[in-house]
Amino acid sequence: MSLEDNLSKIHSAGNKGPDIRSDCFVTLELTSSGGIVIDLTSKVGILYGQAIHALAHDVLAHFCIENARMSIEDSGALDFVLAARIEAAIHQAIDSDEEFWPEMLPQNRHVTTKDRYRRSRLYLPGDTPKLMLNAGIHQPDGIILDLEDSVAPDKKEEARYLVRNALRQVDFYGAERMVRINQLPMGLGDLDFVAPHYANLILLPKCESAEQVEQVDARIKEIAAQHGVEQPIYLMPIIESALGVVNAYDIASAVESVAALAIGLEDYTADLGAPRTNEGRESFHARSALVNAARAAGVQPIDSVFSDVSDMEALRAVVLESKSLGFDGMGCIHPRQIKVLHEAFAPTSEEIEKAQKIVKAFDEATRLGLGVVSLGSKMIDPPVVKRAQRTIDLAIRSGKLSQDWRLNADKRG
Amino acid sequence: MTTEFVKNAVGRMIPTEINGQPVIPFQGPHGYKTSGRKYGPPIRTCADYPADGDKRMPDLRAALIKAGLRDGMTISTHHHFRDGDLVANQIFDIAAEMGVRDLVWFPSASFPCHAPLIKYLEDGTIHHIEGSMNGPLGRFASEGKMRGVGVLRSHGGRYQAVQDGEVVIDIAVIAAPTADPFGDANGLTGPSACGLLGFALADSQYAHNVIVVTDNLVPFPCIPWQIQGNNVDIVVEMEQIGVPEKIVSGTTQITKSPDRLYIAELTARFCQAAGIIRDGFSFQAGAGGTALSIGNYFGEIMREKGIKARFARGGSNQYLVQMMEDGLVETILDGQTFDLEGVRSMRENPNHVNTSPFTSYNYHGKGNFASMIDVVILGATEVDVAFNGNVVTHSDGYLLHGIGGWQNCLFGKTVVLPIPLFRDRIPVIRDEVTTICGPGELIDVIVTERGIAINPLRRDLIEATKDSGLPIKTIHELKEEAERICGAPQPAQFTDKIIAAIKWVDGTVIDVVRQVKK
Repeated sequence: MSLEDNLSKIHSAGNKGPDIRSDCFVTLELTSSGGIVIDLTSKVGILYGQAIHALAHDVLAHFCIENARMSIEDSGALDFVLAARIEAAIHQAIDSDEEFWPEMLPQNRHVTTKDRYRRSRLYLPGDTPKLMLNAGIHQPDGIILDLEDSVAPDKKEEARYLVRNALRQVDFYGAERMVRINQLPMGLGDLDFVAPHYANLILLPKCESAEQVEQVDARIKEIAAQHGVEQPIYLMPIIESALGVVNAYDIASAVESVAALAIGLEDYTADLGAPRTNEGRESFHARSALVNAARAAGVQPIDSVFSDVSDMEALRAVVLESKSLGFDGMGCIHPRQIKVLHEAFAPTSEEIEKAQKIVKAFDEATRLGLGVVSLGSKMIDPPVVKRAQRTIDLAIRSGKLSQDWRLNADKRG
Repeated sequence: MTTEFVKNAVGRMIPTEINGQPVIPFQGPHGYKTSGRKYGPPIRTCADYPADGDKRMPDLRAALIKAGLRDGMTISTHHHFRDGDLVANQIFDIAAEMGVRDLVWFPSASFPCHAPLIKYLEDGTIHHIEGSMNGPLGRFASEGKMRGVGVLRSHGGRYQAVQDGEVVIDIAVIAAPTADPFGDANGLTGPSACGLLGFALADSQYAHNVIVVTDNLVPFPCIPWQIQGNNVDIVVEMEQIGVPEKIVSGTTQITKSPDRLYIAELTARFCQAAGIIRDGFSFQAGAGGTALSIGNYFGEIMREKGIKARFARGGSNQYLVQMMEDGLVETILDGQTFDLEGVRSMRENPNHVNTSPFTSYNYHGKGNFASMIDVVILGATEVDVAFNGNVVTHSDGYLLHGIGGWQNCLFGKTVVLPIPLFRDRIPVIRDEVTTICGPGELIDVIVTERGIAINPLRRDLIEATKDSGLPIKTIHELKEEAERICGAPQPAQFTDKIIAAIKWVDGTVIDVVRQVKK
């Protein structure tokens, strides 16, 4: 596009309306003279008007725009949102590979491990800033900035800037920072906006083959090399079709960076041609097959989401079933679901008691230099010990066991 | 005439005169005491009233004329109909038609439904408002358009002002859901049922002329009488005095916001860790969505630990009633019913007691319930690093809310303010609040979604919760966290013109509000 074509054309980004909060709607019209003219209406104008003007000038200057008319209708957007909306409008108006990166919060240089807990992951629509701001306070194991199904087709492009800025500026208080990209090939383009910004894990939706996983992994490695990204970026393919279920093991074992394998039941049941029910009989095979494939590949099996956000009792029943099938975690679409998930995925008192006995027996065997762990007359295999240690970890994390349980138990004994 | 200013005990500059009356600057929560005798209304004689007890007049206009409505009078109304009040506006419609000027409106609170009164503030029918100025009225005043200076008082402060003769009510118009021709009245039944009429107490006792208006006239006696006919001059029957669906206000549902629920849960966990929730304790929780859910979390903890509260101070509502019916609360001392469940419970349950709000809020009482309550949950628009609280203005300087019972409740043993760290980008914790409504020494704990700050004066609470695992931070840390997220706001700009005075519960002036500079 030449500048001439673009003059007098009005570009826009963001959202406005009576229900919109913490967002803004920006229009931009390039002009040939007259400098920068900004028309700001803001509900926080008395307190932040000057700051908003200064930010808008900064972003425009970054893209070397000297003449433009810009309107900003602000409903209390934070700087990272304002900057993303302004930048999105600019990218519609001019052809540029430049980006405007807000400062990276030091605590957002967050690194996670492949086997960390992923009991709960909270979906955050990638074009809705108000839901991002407080997501971390509810302490999910992970948050997902979603570029896929929760973003309208005409908002896909601008959501990338918002998600990138959120990764840099929003403190998620220790939650693993996940991004769900779009289906390929669009998803490969999404990676440019997330891989350089300490995304810990990428969810790959509607995955049907190992090749798709390899493509994403390869593209991440390219971007990492280009931007000097050293921390690991894990993958969580989501199986959402019959074919995906058939190929689940290949997908889970495609590359080393796959950390977990998830199932998306809404699309899967549609593909199957069976209505989705609360009992879930129609997806029993797929869920079991997925758990089996994930365990075989040594990655975490993760269940779908439960969509009735008002029914906590039904959710609890679903999570308990999910746990009994072998899943390690589930998705959440509302913060209130997180606590229920954590409670249900927490080990029971009997499980904790048993695990404590096993771990103590293991400690004792190690202390005595024995090669074999035994409890009473029973021999205990290494995987059982490992699972018991994980149960203890989870019990501590869920607040059901004190960090120094060995000490307290000894005192009691 | 040049106005002189003095610095009061919270460091605010206060004029020595407001609306032509001398001002006493704030001297600390209990610093100022008056003496002498209370104000007395004029002596009346029963011989001057109809022996058959029928005090009816044909309409409100006739009643106001009989009451002697004239320039400069003070007219009072109550706020038990909340945003569904149809009476206050009609009083001033009539006054304007009669060409009466310079009235003072003395409501126990105003609501957005009173926005039509702006035209009478503009044309001089009303000189100024002494009472809360919510929404549109507050905006009008903030822009410097009201002739006189608004005076904001707490519920208790309003009673004090009447008892001290600081405000003399010429005519009180008491809208009553049920009344008899003698003037006995209650709020329990009738199409505009609102529960109690407690805030009209001072008006009925001290006003020179008392007019009861009702849309549900019953033959004498109207029982129970919350307003006593022996204090009433005139009774008027009207078509409709309130809009029922707006009388039961929208704030009486538990919040669904996950962020607010989290703050509520954190508040309850704090109270538990601090040892406040114990057998025989007492609490007061307001009617806002967050406060209601705190009651619910209290209930969970009490059920789990087998704890019973001796009493809860209402504002009653369905949730508090449920707690009493589940055996978690032994007594509800109610000053204001917020929903129909509250009205029902009070009718059926002798342990749900109708009390005057002034059992708790009366500065001139020989003690108050307020200071006996173990924990009080309140809100605020802003709090500062000295724990001073603001409930009347927003950070942009606009006057948008009344004080209500907030100042009076600050005398509770532990005062907890659950508030979000920021609202729509605006930090709630500031270096200095825009308007001081309550001094920091009475505000003990701030609970936000990003941490809890305890007033350094409360060493006992700091000690009790230090190993609780709760996110305890300093108020400065919270302020910095808010500014990191939102950016530091530029200061709001004001002109020199004072548009409202904020009274403390004892009648002194704790702060003033200035005109917003456009």
